[in-house]
Amino acid sequence: MTDVFQLQYALDTFYFLMCGALVMWMAAGFAMLEAGLVRTKNTTVILTKNIALFGIACTMYMVCGYAIMYGGGDFSWFLSGITGDGATGAEEPATYAPAADFYFQVVFVATAMSIVSGAVAERVKLWSFLIFAVFLTGFIYPMEGSWTWNGMPVFGMYTLGDLGFSDFAGSGIVHMAGASAALAGVILLGARKGKYGADGSSKAIPGGNLPLATLGTFILWLGWFGFNGGSVLATASVESANAVAVVFMNTNAAASGGMIVALIVAKRLFGKADLTMALNGALAGLVAITAEPSTPTPLQATLFGGLGGALVVFSIVYLDKLKIDDPVGAISVHGTVGLLGLLLVPLTNDASTFSGQLIGAATIFVWVFASSYVVWLVIKMAMGIRVSEEEEMAGLDLPETGMEAYPEFVSAKS
Amino acid sequence: MFVDAICGQNRYSLSNYLSLQLEIIDMKMITAVIKPFKLDDVRESLADIGVQGITVTEVKGFGRQKGHTELYRGAEYVVDFLPKVKLEVAISDDLVDSTVEAITKSAATGKIGDGKIFISSLDEVIRIRTGETGADAI
Repeated sequence: MTDVFQLQYALDTFYFLMCGALVMWMAAGFAMLEAGLVRTKNTTVILTKNIALFGIACTMYMVCGYAIMYGGGDFSWFLSGITGDGATGAEEPATYAPAADFYFQVVFVATAMSIVSGAVAERVKLWSFLIFAVFLTGFIYPMEGSWTWNGMPVFGMYTLGDLGFSDFAGSGIVHMAGASAALAGVILLGARKGKYGADGSSKAIPGGNLPLATLGTFILWLGWFGFNGGSVLATASVESANAVAVVFMNTNAAASGGMIVALIVAKRLFGKADLTMALNGALAGLVAITAEPSTPTPLQATLFGGLGGALVVFSIVYLDKLKIDDPVGAISVHGTVGLLGLLLVPLTNDASTFSGQLIGAATIFVWVFASSYVVWLVIKMAMGIRVSEEEEMAGLDLPETGMEAYPEFVSAKS
Repeated sequence: MFVDAICGQNRYSLSNYLSLQLEIIDMKMITAVIKPFKLDDVRESLADIGVQGITVTEVKGFGRQKGHTELYRGAEYVVDFLPKVKLEVAISDDLVDSTVEAITKSAATGKIGDGKIFISSLDEVIRIRTGETGADAI
């Protein structure tokens, strides 16, 4: 093994791990964003959901998810199949350690799962949600990941890569998938009490902490550099370093474009600047570029992000009209714009085709939505997925966790 | 100086006494403590009977509704004070009965913790912008 290869291996592994750590930090982003957009009486529960799902996702992916997704037919429990060294003993020496591959992948699973948390907020039962998390992260997501990033045939019928499907960092595989699972849950849950009036009008339920929501968005923006940047899978060569730099630049450009357009569109639609739409717009820009951040020019990336920013505002308003109650706009940001992200790929990447993207999108959506719907339904029949009306009115924090996020007048037991 | 001081004091308390005897009390302050999610219903029913102004505060409290204990990191604590909303409405005497009825009907759930209504007399109301007083200021 040459010294140069040793260095390349070390650098690529280091880079991969740091990017994974940045994606892990996105969990804090989701937690803060969601905590800021729900009411104070429901804040402790949503924070619990966010940290708990992260632990569950990492564990389930270790138990069986990674093997389902990347085992390629060789399934082994608890990661016993992965070797400690990627350079020796493998048919094609990799330039990074196998554990780094697991580490980078596992934080993506957690990202997909956390998308569901926001959409079902303020009425889902905590433990029902966590049980759903076990299935999404241990089985549902790994299955569609195996057909996409691991190139396995979809139930033996067709192979998405052969059809021209391409999703660089996961607009469809991660974001649209999470939104599909969320949509299944929201449909079975129903809207929050009092959200929609008898005449079909939608009542505003403002979030309790906009500073947290903003902080969460900035954290997600930063973490996304790891999300897209790490998906280059290497940095220790001129070619890959150039690619990494372009990916960072385009990711940032798309977020900026999305934010600007969403802010302007919201001002036109609602008359004033809407901070929550600006936040959703930045995230939408990020989701839109995630399927292909390496081939567009920076101007194209900005415009793609801007398209995402416009689409997300209209999607949020439209889903509300359809009485799909989504307290944080997750289904719009990750689902609607996730699909847009997939469809933008062929515009700058000749290796993908529109038909391939559509077939891939349909495959991901149908699989994740249908299997999630079944899991939610079984949980609903077994233990219910929605809290009682009294608990919903009083706030979920005391019934589910026994502690308030913003306590006042706490007395010790006398 | 001494005489002025005594006369001044006497004059003050004399006029005060007189104004209390002569004043016609014609306004009431209605204070209601209700469950927070009932606020919209109460506001609507007050608007229906013509009550225009309302002040709302978020409070915590309890009456006979008992609290319960919870655990925080293994330590017990008591959740006595439950979130409520306090509303204050200044109205003229002739509207007292209809206001009380409106609040009672719209704030009631039949379950413990529905709240209470307090009626107190109101000495004076002044509209800051115009200086109007009394019934004109409500």
